[in-house]
Amino acid sequence: MAFSWFKKNGTGARPSLREQVEEFLAEEAWLLDEWRLDDWFQLFTEDGSYVVPGTGDPQADPRSALVLIDDDMVRLHWRIERLKSRHAYREYPWSRTRRIISNIRARDMGDHVFVTASVVLYRFRHGHADPFVGHYEYRLVRDNGSFKIQQRRAMMDHERLTPNGAVSMIF
Amino acid sequence: MDVSGLIVDDCQNGIFRVHRSTMISQEIMVLERERVFDKCWLYLGHESELEQPGEYRQRSVAGVPLIFIRSADGVIRALHNTCPHRGAIVCRQPEGVAEVFQCFYHAWSFNNQGDLLSVPDEAGYSEAFDRAERSLCPVPRLESYRGFYFVAFDPGIESLFDYLAGAREYLDIVADQSLAGRMKIVAGTQSYSIRANWKLLAENSIDGYHPVTLHQSYMAYLAGVGGLTREGLKPGRGLSLGKGHAVIEYQAPWGRPVARWAPTLGDEAKTEIEELRHKLVERYGEEKGLRIADWNRNLLIYPNLIINDIMAVTVRTFAPVQPDFMEVNAWELAPEEESGPRLSRRLHNFLEFLGPGGLATPDDVEALDSCQIGFRSGGVQWSDISRGMKREALTSDELQMRAFWRQWNAQMNGLPIDDWSDRRVGEAAKAE
Repeated sequence: MAFSWFKKNGTGARPSLREQVEEFLAEEAWLLDEWRLDDWFQLFTEDGSYVVPGTGDPQADPRSALVLIDDDMVRLHWRIERLKSRHAYREYPWSRTRRIISNIRARDMGDHVFVTASVVLYRFRHGHADPFVGHYEYRLVRDNGSFKIQQRRAMMDHERLTPNGAVSMIF
Repeated sequence: MDVSGLIVDDCQNGIFRVHRSTMISQEIMVLERERVFDKCWLYLGHESELEQPGEYRQRSVAGVPLIFIRSADGVIRALHNTCPHRGAIVCRQPEGVAEVFQCFYHAWSFNNQGDLLSVPDEAGYSEAFDRAERSLCPVPRLESYRGFYFVAFDPGIESLFDYLAGAREYLDIVADQSLAGRMKIVAGTQSYSIRANWKLLAENSIDGYHPVTLHQSYMAYLAGVGGLTREGLKPGRGLSLGKGHAVIEYQAPWGRPVARWAPTLGDEAKTEIEELRHKLVERYGEEKGLRIADWNRNLLIYPNLIINDIMAVTVRTFAPVQPDFMEVNAWELAPEEESGPRLSRRLHNFLEFLGPGGLATPDDVEALDSCQIGFRSGGVQWSDISRGMKREALTSDELQMRAFWRQWNAQMNGLPIDDWSDRRVGEAAKAE
């Protein structure tokens, strides 16, 4: 399933940190666009988190400010269970999505890797093609030659959540 | 445009219908501006958002750009956000603190009470130039109740106190949740849009009929984390509060950070929440104390303010951009004394259900989108809002929506408003 280009490129050169992160993010985006939510969930550490701040303040601290999503692994588990049921009506049937991840920066912080990346997600449903534009901040930890996500913060550039007024898919 | 006959209100036979043109017509939307939004008290903001002199928030109230500000003299004002010179907006940051607003176009400047301070090369103007008239323009009316500030664009409108009618009792219940006597808006706004007519959100926000179906996956979440208990829940009711305001009041299986513990709030919170509950009873007596602690309220203040005191308290306003498109702003209200883990707990309880990323609100957005698409399908001319018309209304009935629509219909047609319940409308019809 995963297409590991750097293992097959024949040069024998060790992929750079950025290349490793890029492959990981491409894999993650692919899982989400395919709605393989259980596999995506497995990318997280047990103390993982998924946060989407509001459009007003991308730096908001969800412990003291109202954001859009602030999931620990229990809430994220239920978010996914809901999306897999037939009763998350905003996403049943699932919308078509395509995530383009770019401008990846990765910095080795010793015990973790700090990553930022730009994202354009298009969501197609009810005749609308809605863009969700923003950037990610990840705290990745090394795991078995790849990574696990400890923190995933997805920040929108929109001034308000429009024209599509719900973050019903995973952003 | 003739807007009579858009509502069929027949209490004797239990028929209540709303013509679907009310949801799709451009002409009706234009008339709503003049007959509804320009003739009502509209929510602007909460006093807790403006703590220090000069603090301001840019606000759009029913599409009108305003500055909500606490001036240097401590007075809260609402000023039209437009330069009296040639029109540019003078407040260009979403929020902040300012002593002076200087228009970037020609550098006219104003103090934070709105008074014109200086005009470059003022000698170029004649004696007719009136500095007071060229100051920032306050809205015709600004009044508050229990910390909630409202504006009105009609100078002759009744007082906010009278306008709120029976809704005051419910605003009191919300405001009294703070044992320190002060509620605050938590930092952060949820700003989003919905591809639907604004009136659909007024209906949806006080609709106790849909949660069992539309939000069953939220209920499954509560059950999954051990939080779903229906034991001892008392049946709720739907009420018209006069002048288009309405409420449903009911008990529900979720926890309430104010003082009803449930497993989703965490074991560590149990003692603290029970203590709060005890304090509420001590302060207000058993009846009111437990009403604050246990009961949920979805409150509509006509035409476009929702205060839902449910698993957390949300304050939500919305306004039409097009007949099939609205903008929504939502905030979270909390007792001022909450901070640290207590506030964090409340924030989580909010997000589990509420907002564009919650486990329930996205499905409301979908339902409203879906109704709007359905209206295009034609064939069916009328929507049915008659549920519970021939009985004492339950939470799952539609009396609340009828209260909204009767007021809307009266305003749109210039009729006198006398709308407290189905019974009263029925009796009036019989008397004729």
